[in-house]
Amino acid sequence: MQSGLMDSLKRIVGTEHVLTNQEDLLCYSYDATPGFSHMPDAVVMPGTADEVAKVLAAANDAKVPVYPRGSGTNLSAGTVPLKGGIVLLMTRMNKIVEIDTANLIAVTEPGVVVADLNKAVEEFGLIYPPDPGTVATATMGGTVSENAGGLRGLKYGVSKHYIMGLEVVLADGRILNTGGKTVKDVAGYDMTKLFTGSEGTLGVITKITVKLMPAPEARKAMLATFGNLDDAGQAISAIIAAKIIPATLEIMDNATIRTVEDFSKVGLPTTAEAVLLIEVDGIPEVVEKEAAKVVEVLKANNAAEIRVAKDAGERDKIWAARRAALPALAKLRPTTFVEDATVPRSKVPDMIRAVNEIAARYNVTIGTFGHAGDGNLHPTIVCDIRDDAEMDRVYKAMDEIFAVSLKLGGTLSGEHGIGVGKLRYMESQFGPAGMAAMRSIKKALDPNCILNPGKLVGECG
Amino acid sequence: MSDDKKLLTEVEDAIANCMKCGNCMEVCPIYKEFKTESTVARGKIALMESVINGQSDITAGFDQRMAMCVSCKACTAKCPCGVKADELIIKGREAVVKARGLHPIKKAAFALLKARPLFDLGLRMAGMFGSLAFKKLPGRMATVARFPMPGLDRKRVMAPFASTPLRSQYPEVVKVDNPKFRVAFFTGCTINYIYTDVGQAVMNVLKENDVEVTLPPMQHCCAVPVHISGDIELAKVFAKHNIETFERYNPDYIVAACGSCTMAWKKDYPDMFADDPDMKARAEKLAAKTYEISQFLVDVVKFRRDNLGEVNATVTMHDPCHMARGIAVTAQPREVLKAIPGVKFVEMKEPARCCGAGGSFSLAHYDVARTINDRKVADIASTGADTVATGCGMCRMHITDGLVQSGRNEQVFHTVQLLDKAYKAGKKDEPKKPKDEFHFH
Ligand SMILES: Cc1cc2nc3c(=O)[nH]c(=O)nc-3n(C[C@H](O)[C@H](O)[C@H](O)COP(=O)(O)OP(=O)(O)OC[C@H]3O[C@@H](n4cnc5c(N)ncnc54)[C@H](O)[C@@H]3O)c2cc1C
Ligand code: SF4
Ligand code: SF4
Ligand code: SF4
Repeated sequence: MQSGLMDSLKRIVGTEHVLTNQEDLLCYSYDATPGFSHMPDAVVMPGTADEVAKVLAAANDAKVPVYPRGSGTNLSAGTVPLKGGIVLLMTRMNKIVEIDTANLIAVTEPGVVVADLNKAVEEFGLIYPPDPGTVATATMGGTVSENAGGLRGLKYGVSKHYIMGLEVVLADGRILNTGGKTVKDVAGYDMTKLFTGSEGTLGVITKITVKLMPAPEARKAMLATFGNLDDAGQAISAIIAAKIIPATLEIMDNATIRTVEDFSKVGLPTTAEAVLLIEVDGIPEVVEKEAAKVVEVLKANNAAEIRVAKDAGERDKIWAARRAALPALAKLRPTTFVEDATVPRSKVPDMIRAVNEIAARYNVTIGTFGHAGDGNLHPTIVCDIRDDAEMDRVYKAMDEIFAVSLKLGGTLSGEHGIGVGKLRYMESQFGPAGMAAMRSIKKALDPNCILNPGKLVGECG
Repeated sequence: MSDDKKLLTEVEDAIANCMKCGNCMEVCPIYKEFKTESTVARGKIALMESVINGQSDITAGFDQRMAMCVSCKACTAKCPCGVKADELIIKGREAVVKARGLHPIKKAAFALLKARPLFDLGLRMAGMFGSLAFKKLPGRMATVARFPMPGLDRKRVMAPFASTPLRSQYPEVVKVDNPKFRVAFFTGCTINYIYTDVGQAVMNVLKENDVEVTLPPMQHCCAVPVHISGDIELAKVFAKHNIETFERYNPDYIVAACGSCTMAWKKDYPDMFADDPDMKARAEKLAAKTYEISQFLVDVVKFRRDNLGEVNATVTMHDPCHMARGIAVTAQPREVLKAIPGVKFVEMKEPARCCGAGGSFSLAHYDVARTINDRKVADIASTGADTVATGCGMCRMHITDGLVQSGRNEQVFHTVQLLDKAYKAGKKDEPKKPKDEFHFH
């Protein structure tokens, strides 16, 4: 990197907020995605939108790549500085700017950790629903950019359903605002949604206005085991058909059940083909009624055993089983790929069966769990990235998993985004015209391709 | 391959188990202050990985980054993959010591530690002449330095060194009339040379419960500070010395009144001798007998509650890292406090969150240690308590410093001191009660 640019960066954010030490750079060569690593030339930590603007203007002039980064927990290598250049670390901008209870809105800087926002609005009886597994570490900027979702996705949706407005710095340093506090806003292109989920390729988000929801007064959790995968699949559809939208409707396949049971002895039957974990929430009377109805539907669909949590302690036990899924699988082997292929919910059993068949054929270990209610599954491949022969089989299995999910009418990503991890499948989902349209948007907003180059839409130069 | 790198290769698989999920960011007190990757376990593990695969070296920069850890074990407790990050970081430091030698300040301090008699003399002298060098803060077991001292912040509130170390205040064996148990008391340095008040409380409380106490005079520092600095060879010397010393007494139990000291006996000593079966077996035998004082009082002795007098205090508790996560003792000190008449117990927000002391960490990085401490002080303040109970001398000193610096008045005690007060109050009450008060109806 040119020393002139380095000097300007130091002038803009202050010398102490530019890291160039070999050791520090190494610490920004990766994110939570296995298999990608590349050294940046500098890590720049801006404190204000104005500083972001100046950094981008300088980088754009010098045509040096910039990779915005929150907590680096994404699972698509979205923050790996594959072409060198500047990692723009947003964690210093971590103030909650405003909590507006009259309009049920909060305004935050991008470096705020999602759980910290939730802690702050809790005392007003409010929640910010998007809750990725990393809610306690991921930043608002990172979750908005990945369009992250979580356990409550079925009823509450993903990040884009809560973003009301953004302040965005464009590649050349100009600052733009989208949306705002008004609930009804239909003016112009929906720029807010465009930047939400853009994975740092279109602009750097410096302020976020989000919608808050009243916290549910009551919740009820239950767990049902199924000897037959198809029965579990039928039960999922039947719950929704009974006009009940649970906050959470999760599934674990047999491989996951066995692994969880091995590690944490939560009392799951290891012979079951599937376990469903369900939680309904809302007004106490409605919750009671819905829970009873869910139990009825589960019984009608041959659930072998149904456990309904009577109190908070039992509820915790049920969710402990689900929370143990990823850790238990991850402990099996050194490397863990958590995918998020998504299918229409009626196809969940087909998808699980296909994944099992792929695992057997390529002799790789895959456990599948995930958000059955919204069809968002997490086939989780555990392996050892130091074993080339095994990795060859793993990558082939991965290709087939995504091919199947598209074939079943699904999508490449239900919540994690594309990054470079899933770039090679993009064309098969969107076709040449779709990709061309996305690339023209990228080129229009970032003509020099300095923002997270090579990600999401691939090379655009 | 050089020895230092070989050390890291030994833990290569453990390092590879880190899936870089970043969950440790949530709990690391150092990361909370800096918000940069090299301050969290994930970053440090990545650095070790880069040394193993030849991408980088054990440089000064590597050393500095490994040093940025208070060994609070919070990351390890949180890690979904079971990565023992705190222990791996210590391995990283071992590699640094092998490759580059110890930090000069630590080197001088450990050289002193190594020669036990000299160490003893040095710290006694500090006790004798301490009042010349330190200014006393009334009522707090605390002083501030009068002169600049190397490695010590001028404003920092320290506890004075005792004019007479604890072990010189008592005979080797303190007998009781009908001994229920015979214990050997491992005082640790802090209690022997600084917080003798804690040691006295331990002696009183054990006596009150008919326990005979031996104070082996030749005991040495528990080795935790040297160990976490990565000087494993010296740590083993201390461990071996302590094991041999205590074996000679063959006590029913070994009792310590510091989370770190207890952890050393229970966990570190057996671990240290992984490749020496004889020493390992001896260490394990003693480890099984070792108890932290509140744990001993509650689980083994079932301490007397019938003769406790009133202690009027609103008490909150700070759980030292090595108590909460090192030896998992958090219920027993609370049970002790809750048994004391007059004590109103209030829980603070995150009682087991590190206070920032981290052994010698706060010596080398006082500013960071203070910012971490500020959160602890704020948590204490929000409880409205007038007293803080804890189970570690270093925490007591560091939290006292934080409270004084923030102009607050709470007192910090070891849990066992409050129990001691209650027994004493019980005695004061006694004569007031007329013996013939009982009437039969
Ligand atoms: C164990 C585990 C479980 C997970 N569970 C879930 C889950 O349930 N649901 C889910 O959706 N995700 C999940 N994730 C993925 C990940 O946590 C989310 O993608 C999260 O949103 C990333 O946030 P972050 O702050 O770490 O962002 P980063 O990883 O730092 O960045 C993510 C992307 O956003 C861009 N970016 C970051 N900040 C900005 C900004 N201010 N402006 C513009 N672009 C920016 C980056 O360039 C990158 O492309 C999981 C990850 C792990 C490791
Ligand atoms: S140490 Fe554990 S918690 Fe931290 S990143 Fe690695 S796997 Fe995750
Ligand atoms: S032991 Fe504590 S200070 Fe050290 S890395 Fe882990 S959480 Fe951070
Ligand atoms: S702290 Fe042991 S050295 Fe000191 S007294 Fe307790 S940890 Fe020793």
